[in-house]
Amino acid sequence: MLATLVVFFPLIGAIIAGIIVFMPSEDKDVQQRRDSAAQIATCTGLVLSAICAIFVFKDVALGGNAYTHELFTWISSGTLEVSWALKVDTLTAVMMIVVTVVSAMVHIYSIGYMHHDNSIPRFMSYLSLFTFFMLTLITASNLMQMFFGWEGVGLASYLLIGFWYDKPSANAAAIKAFLVNRVGDFGFALGIFAVFMMFDSIQLDTIFAAAAGKKDATLIVFGGEFHALTVICLLLFVGAMGKSAQLGLHTWLPDAMEGPTPVSALIHAATMVTAGVFMVARLSPLFEHSDTALTVVTLVGGSTAIFAATVACVQNDIKRVIAYSTCSQLGYMFFACGVSAYSAGIFHLMTHGFFKALLFLGAGAVIHAMSDEQDMRKMGGIWRHIKVTYVLMWIGSLALAGVWPFAGYWSKDVIIEAAYGAHTGVGLYAFWIGITAAFLTAFYSWRLLFMTFHGAPRADEKVMAHVHESPMVMILPLVVLAIGACFAGILGYDYFVGKNAEHFWGDAILILEQHTALENVHHVPGWVKTLPLVVGAVGIALAYVLYIVSPAIPGMFAARFQGIYQFLLNKWYFDELYDKIFVRPAFTLGRGLWKSGDGLLIDGVGPDGVSSVVRVVARRAAALQTGYLYHYAFAMLIGVVGLITWYLFQHVG
Amino acid sequence: MFEIGIGHYLSVAAILFTLGIFGIFLNRKNVIVILMSVELMLLAVNINLIAFSSFQENLVGQVFAVFVLTVAAAEAAIGLAILVVYFRNRGSIAVEDINMMKG
Repeated sequence: MLATLVVFFPLIGAIIAGIIVFMPSEDKDVQQRRDSAAQIATCTGLVLSAICAIFVFKDVALGGNAYTHELFTWISSGTLEVSWALKVDTLTAVMMIVVTVVSAMVHIYSIGYMHHDNSIPRFMSYLSLFTFFMLTLITASNLMQMFFGWEGVGLASYLLIGFWYDKPSANAAAIKAFLVNRVGDFGFALGIFAVFMMFDSIQLDTIFAAAAGKKDATLIVFGGEFHALTVICLLLFVGAMGKSAQLGLHTWLPDAMEGPTPVSALIHAATMVTAGVFMVARLSPLFEHSDTALTVVTLVGGSTAIFAATVACVQNDIKRVIAYSTCSQLGYMFFACGVSAYSAGIFHLMTHGFFKALLFLGAGAVIHAMSDEQDMRKMGGIWRHIKVTYVLMWIGSLALAGVWPFAGYWSKDVIIEAAYGAHTGVGLYAFWIGITAAFLTAFYSWRLLFMTFHGAPRADEKVMAHVHESPMVMILPLVVLAIGACFAGILGYDYFVGKNAEHFWGDAILILEQHTALENVHHVPGWVKTLPLVVGAVGIALAYVLYIVSPAIPGMFAARFQGIYQFLLNKWYFDELYDKIFVRPAFTLGRGLWKSGDGLLIDGVGPDGVSSVVRVVARRAAALQTGYLYHYAFAMLIGVVGLITWYLFQHVG
Repeated sequence: MFEIGIGHYLSVAAILFTLGIFGIFLNRKNVIVILMSVELMLLAVNINLIAFSSFQENLVGQVFAVFVLTVAAAEAAIGLAILVVYFRNRGSIAVEDINMMKG
């Protein structure tokens, strides 16, 4: 089966590269050959996988042949039956395309980007392994399998963020990502338990069929009785929030930029972080029955969109700007799902996958050109030297800002219109947030472009002399992604949310009849359609004025509104807050348990205590041996007296 | 008429025995005193044996007393010999100085 090949090609590549990791060679030439072998194995695997994915897409999404292909039984315990099966429907097929194509491009790009690195096979192996896990996640036919992929991508993300493990900040970021994700995963796991409790199955098809019948069921949580599907959906959504870096659990994503740039592009922009959106869309038959859960999804998504966009406006690290932009765009996808416009969310997920990967890889090319400089304040004026990258970054930014006819325009507008079309309070909240965030998106995108490429060069001469266009192996993937960023929107619109949508999606997504947001998209007033474009243009113009016409103004603003500037620069003080609320108390608790619990109590009473008691007793016993004859004699006599007394009392008296 | 009975003999023996005991562990000066105290205790035992033998008209006790005397003589001889050797080696037979077994 083609879908099986799609999933397992990357695994084969990962295993081959993984074997190469374990046979390093001292000889430089031999090592170079092995590096190339690992690169070829993984890239071939991914390219083949991507080609198969395109055929699967053609068959499943365009041909309407959704199917579930069972591979083997995984767990069979009582009523819990979990089999390893590939559920391939339109949703999966779309995700497959995004994951395999972006991943293949990132693999090829990595050949160029990582060629200085001395553990190339390990890097390629991790990348392929990640892709395999991501593919298991999206082909999951049951929640257990999804959870396996979910944890797998978390692991791969951890390994890749901490890829340069001799950098303390990379290790810290990797641990942070893992721990913050653990909070979300805990919610996800509880959600799975709750699903099993309610439905007696975690098979997706079974759950979906039974969901409508359970829409009035209740679940007792901590003594209170709650609407069961709401509880389940909220728990599952906590998992989605963790993986997709939504407000509250977003803190790991910007730090994850410590990893190599291809990783940021693949995992922390295009694929893994969209797993949460995918999950919500996949579980639409559950979410649809809980208005509370949908409201929460909308609120969290909207708040994240605006929060991340404001922060992105003042960051100076080029990768962090794009990271916060990712966070913000994920917010868009979530509030699209929240107003029951799942297909719009997935549409944006796909287009975003292309242009965000493009932006990240482009940023990687810039960083590469600037001799590993990431601070935009030390860039500027380099567009003449790297024209191809410059053009590609423009395409990415145009797509991100939603300028017609680039990909972002189609998907973002449909989301904003759907939010308006929901005709609910939270829908309107999301709509206005979407408009504001669209303005900020345009602003920070062009701020990035202008600061990086225009103005007077701020780097020193040595760096400037070294600025060079990236090699072909890095440019080609960018071009492929740029094509996606240009045309994915206009080509996909009709299928995803337009007139062919019903046939296209089939049974992959369920929307109840009373949720009409997506229907209303086609009947919104004209100003709703034009407003995102207008604010986008205003944003670009503002960035032009501030960073090209009179570059002194931003500094003046920052000085004048010091409070707001610091607030944004420090990311709304989330890290500091978490540091105070969670990290420090955890450290204090840990230190307390270590020092008093383990050190004093367990060691004190246990090994150390016993040994010290033995030592004291032994010292006392040794002190009894005075060596003086009369002491022994005395003891002997006392003994004899005692013995005789005892004897007399026992036998005579 | 005052008659000396077995009680008197046993009392003398008990006093001698107690003197021997105290001689052993109140003495801090000389090892010879300890040896003498041991002799004293053996003699106290001998008095007991003789007294009982005489009053019960049983000769076994007297035979036993002769044995004890023999053993005591041998013990005194060996003990003094050890003391001489010890003095030669350590230059002192003061009880206070003999504490090589101190822990």
